[in-house]
Amino acid sequence: MSSPMINRRGFLAAGAAGATILGFGGTVRAAQPLKIGLLLPLSGGLAREGQSCKRGADVTPGLLADMGMPVQLMIADTETNIDTARTRAEKLIADGAEVLIGAFDSAHTLAVAQVCEQRGIPLVVNIAAAPNITEQGFKTLFRNFPTAPKLVTEGLALMKDVFKISGTTPTKAVFLHNNDTFGTAMAGAVNKLFPTLDMPFPLVETIAYDGAARDLAVEVGKAKATGADLVLLVPHGDDCIRMIREMVKQRFEPKAVVSPGSPGMYEVQFYKTLGKYADYCMTNLPWINPKSAMSQALLKAFNKAYPDALFEMNIGFTFEAILIAADAAKRAGSNDPKAILAALPATNITEHVMIGGPIAFDAKGQNTNTRSATIQNFGGKPLVVLPSDVAEAKPVFPAPGWQQRG
Amino acid sequence: MSIDLANQIVTGLLTGLVYSLMALGLSVIFGVVRVVNFAHGEMTALAMYAAWALFSWLELDPLIGLPLIALLLFALGYVMQRGLIDAFVSKPEHMQFILLVAVAIVMVNGSLLVFGPDAHGIQVPYGFDTYEVGPLLVDKVRLLAAVAALAISGLLMLFFRHTMTGKAIRACADNLVGAKVIGLNVKQLYAVTFGIGSACVGAAGALLAMLIDVMPSSGPELTMLAFIIVIVGGLGSMGGALLGGILIGISEVLAGYFLMPSMKSMFSFAILILVLILRPQGLMGARK
Repeated sequence: MSSPMINRRGFLAAGAAGATILGFGGTVRAAQPLKIGLLLPLSGGLAREGQSCKRGADVTPGLLADMGMPVQLMIADTETNIDTARTRAEKLIADGAEVLIGAFDSAHTLAVAQVCEQRGIPLVVNIAAAPNITEQGFKTLFRNFPTAPKLVTEGLALMKDVFKISGTTPTKAVFLHNNDTFGTAMAGAVNKLFPTLDMPFPLVETIAYDGAARDLAVEVGKAKATGADLVLLVPHGDDCIRMIREMVKQRFEPKAVVSPGSPGMYEVQFYKTLGKYADYCMTNLPWINPKSAMSQALLKAFNKAYPDALFEMNIGFTFEAILIAADAAKRAGSNDPKAILAALPATNITEHVMIGGPIAFDAKGQNTNTRSATIQNFGGKPLVVLPSDVAEAKPVFPAPGWQQRG
Repeated sequence: MSIDLANQIVTGLLTGLVYSLMALGLSVIFGVVRVVNFAHGEMTALAMYAAWALFSWLELDPLIGLPLIALLLFALGYVMQRGLIDAFVSKPEHMQFILLVAVAIVMVNGSLLVFGPDAHGIQVPYGFDTYEVGPLLVDKVRLLAAVAALAISGLLMLFFRHTMTGKAIRACADNLVGAKVIGLNVKQLYAVTFGIGSACVGAAGALLAMLIDVMPSSGPELTMLAFIIVIVGGLGSMGGALLGGILIGISEVLAGYFLMPSMKSMFSFAILILVLILRPQGLMGARK
């Protein structure tokens, strides 16, 4: 990455600057660590993403301590299971958690939200996109992640920008999506918003698939039969590896494989397994700002702790969720859940790690200032190619054919 | 028929042959020992982990590692039968069921402890290759796996028909009292049979590892798949397992192609229900 690096002192300065903006004058108070219960899918189908979030969480307390915001993390595994998520949330609260953060999966998050609402404990959502999470009137829930419709709207708009820059537009697209909660919410948003966004290509078919399917040969065969030259893909885990593998085998050569906002195609396993075939896949989603001083400090701490792991979105959003909770406790001057709940609506964090405006919540507890980016894989790494003001490379479209890659 | 559809049917046929080999092990064990192995899929997953470990640590191609994995699973099956299951052969079926479900749970959680929750896949150097056969594209890995599965199934059938041990095992299956009367060591033959069924699982696991990723939760799914295949084909019938595997492989593809891909698995269960209603003994099972 070509962005300037920052050391821990610089990070502290950035944090102090942020705190100054927030009106704390950089004073570092000696406080009791805020007990944060972090719910993540550390095992089961979403384990890879959950583990990635945990790596982000692991390096966060040290950085926040430098900013005068001590936190103590209590990490619980939801086992990619809704009932487990609910019971672990109860247990964390019983064990003294003053704030909960989680839970990566939308269905798990809803289950945890109900527990938090009943117990009056703040829940800061690190990652979960289903729109209904902030539409149910929860008073204790604050989400620093875009809704599926926002992800899709921005994801599709960014595609138009890619076509504009490259001077090539696909003739028709096929949409493949995982049929889990996330994938279905995304599909609903794509099918609803696509006709309204004046996209320069038609969507010829939508194919829902079971992410746990043993193989995806028939799904790819069906997509190939449509004659589409653009694949919109919403995977949720390992399924994108099986999908690309089948595309290569079946010699299905779309101009690009683009996700309008989903995990999968920027993860270490994707690069490791597919090698050169992972390159040029694009994902439009909120991403870490490579030009932010705070994200560079987080990157440095992360690389020191996990030299072989990929620094990606899950880490940034998990860091920010903890930052939001710690910031609210600091402003409230108390770790009492009621005081934190009172402070959270006034959140206004200008210096943070993800691309987008200040972290602030609307009346429903949704941060509306998140902003998507286009990342494209080059040499086994995701690089920001849009928006141009934070881009690290230029987008490549159409992608070279599978057999034309060195 | 469109080329795309023909390609999918070939894919389903080849995958189905590998499924058949896995189900064959279940059928052989039930046909002789009369014990339903509810840990069958979990044993397949163990074999897949073994293939993955050999590939990751020694860069051993699963096709080359296959005999070793089959041998390991033979030993596991033999020891399980002699040390654990044999005492339950004459016990009520629910006791056998609970025993083997417990074994399955131990295997799933053991896999979770040792290998973690992540999916593990094998990417052989020829993993992305395809053969062009006229207008058809045939996946090289699937073709090799299917040919190996077919060859192993053929060898197994020859073993049961033309070797003394094979004939003795069949004698135990056909007439247990008669087999005891003529002095056959039934306990030993049961253990060998369980070992052979497990070796089939080992071979199938090595081949499946090239086609699909393995994770701890793969075990129960594969057990269910094996059950669907042998019940459709006819429990205890080797030919039935072969037919059942092919049928399920192709039907999943057709369901995915003509209906919804997410309905693939549901379609297999629909076939199972139809067979249970119309021909409970399975397509090639003997009517009792």
